[in-house]
Amino acid sequence: MGTYIIRRLLTAVPTLVVISMIIFSILKLAPGDPMSQFAANPSVPPEVRLNIRKQLGLDDPIPVQYVKWATSWVRGDWGFSFSSRTGVRGLVAGRIGTTLFVMGLAFCLGLLIALPIGILAAVKQYSVFDQVATTIAFFGFSIPTFFSGLLAILLFSIKLGWLPFIYESNTANDGLLGFFERLRFAALPVMILGIFQAAALMRYTRASMLENIKLDYVRTARAKGIKERKVILGHVVRNAFIPVVTIIALQLPGLFGGAIITEQIFRVPGIGSLLISALGASDTPVVMSIVFIISILVVLSSLLADIIYGLLDPRIKYS
Amino acid sequence: MAEISDTARGASGAARARTGTLAGGLKARKSRSLWSDAWRQFRKHKMALTGVAILSLIILSCIIGPFIYTKNPQTLNVLLSLQAPSASAPMGYDDLGHDMLARILSGGRKSLLVGLMAVVVSITVGTLVGALAGFFGKWVDSLLMRITDLFLALPQLPLLLLISYLYVGKLKAIFGVENGILILIVAVIGFLNWMPVARLVRASFLSLKEKEFVEAARCIGATTPSLIFKHILPNVLSPVIVAATLGVGAAIISESSLSFLGLGFPPDVPTWGSMLAVGKDQLPFAPHIAIFPGLMIFLVVLSINYIGDGLRDALDPRSRI
Repeated sequence: MGTYIIRRLLTAVPTLVVISMIIFSILKLAPGDPMSQFAANPSVPPEVRLNIRKQLGLDDPIPVQYVKWATSWVRGDWGFSFSSRTGVRGLVAGRIGTTLFVMGLAFCLGLLIALPIGILAAVKQYSVFDQVATTIAFFGFSIPTFFSGLLAILLFSIKLGWLPFIYESNTANDGLLGFFERLRFAALPVMILGIFQAAALMRYTRASMLENIKLDYVRTARAKGIKERKVILGHVVRNAFIPVVTIIALQLPGLFGGAIITEQIFRVPGIGSLLISALGASDTPVVMSIVFIISILVVLSSLLADIIYGLLDPRIKYS
Repeated sequence: MAEISDTARGASGAARARTGTLAGGLKARKSRSLWSDAWRQFRKHKMALTGVAILSLIILSCIIGPFIYTKNPQTLNVLLSLQAPSASAPMGYDDLGHDMLARILSGGRKSLLVGLMAVVVSITVGTLVGALAGFFGKWVDSLLMRITDLFLALPQLPLLLLISYLYVGKLKAIFGVENGILILIVAVIGFLNWMPVARLVRASFLSLKEKEFVEAARCIGATTPSLIFKHILPNVLSPVIVAATLGVGAAIISESSLSFLGLGFPPDVPTWGSMLAVGKDQLPFAPHIAIFPGLMIFLVVLSINYIGDGLRDALDPRSRI
């Protein structure tokens, strides 16, 4: 197992290198010039502009630029943001906490909703509970987050006035009170993102439970006189959750996509909204770093899925 | 269980149909094809049928609606700005005083078109890649699957945003504003979504190419292209049809997300996503501007998902979720 994890980590590195090359080339080959903002300023004389280009290495061949970018990125030098004139790393570090806070809460909420309901719906297949749960889940993943988010704002913020719909990351209070204040701000985005994630996950959980529940080992367990509760939780769930855990890990990248949209709806100052504003300002260094960070997370979560699968399922041998 | 005995009866019925009337004066039953069997199964899925009805209604309204409801979606009247739905304008007016219903209808054409075209791109690419990888195997397979894995590891939405933002100016210059954006969005969504289809098709090709009917076709001198496209591909169609159906819904959501984030169609080109983006800012004053386009996206995606579910039950009963 240990060697498998190391081998798998080693294949993740070239994948990330190729992905970073792709993103870098997409940015570099795009029509338009990162210097256009300087070019628009008439007080900058042309020879100064040429000098800046030379200094920034914008006239080097793309592979040379890539190697320069990649080596400094790995060393932790992520360059300077064009629009805010600060280091990209500081900018991202200041934002990523909020994104992880909201995403983490949404992720936990999704699991808390999806897993128990999925198990119960499978145990009571075709019951009223099952039918209501599956129908709601079907509606839940058919409604895009940008619409459900707006509906939630309309209901909870505008009509009822219960929850704020503009996220405030700087709370007045510290400690526990500040944490609860942050929770209140995060409530709507967490709810929307969590429910959307739960909808798909609940269906997988239910399907995987149903597949296992009719197998022979379950009948054997029941025949031995084990209590139904223990049969379900101790025997069926343990086997049914192997593919479910993999799906959970594979859902993580999608959660990042969802985070970009929900951050935009609720004005959460996370890396998703940073990406959108950086795109709008043609802030290439920021865009490149954020897209690459998200790529790393995508690759890591598929790696995680593989490893968990191997740990949970003793039938899988890595040799 | 009932299904199996039903098809078994169908098969023997088909055999009888060929022999004409039977001894004992029994009437011969009509033969049934694979597609009619699928239709019989599909009919039982009530929600899928409802989905077909709602989706056809929406598609028909978007196609013929603008000829009946003849208000111009681009005419603006600031005096009517933000007005709620009324008898003369069933969906009200948006922030600039455009008639919402007229915009929903013309925007629907574009949103649905993007969804369909993007799926045509992704299904074509995915089927080609999967078929070649599965049929030829060896280095072709490992090369193409490496590429597929790489594409799967790309961050979907950020790349979608990045490419649409960077390349939209160029395409606008070549094809004009509306067509340029349309082509770009279709291409980007299509080329970022072919991978699941490729894996599906490859897996089926790997098992099917060893079957006797392929050997038989080879014996009568079938060429490689005819083996791939005429003999094997039709047997792979069922899961591809299901994936394509669900893909249309996903592509419509992608387009709407892009336009919603301000990186797809601009607010003056109505699509359901760009209308929703306009509605977002007017939510406290005129919620109808956001609700109608959002509801259309939801209805279309929900119908498509139910149809996909019904098709999966009908065509591909093994992979039920």
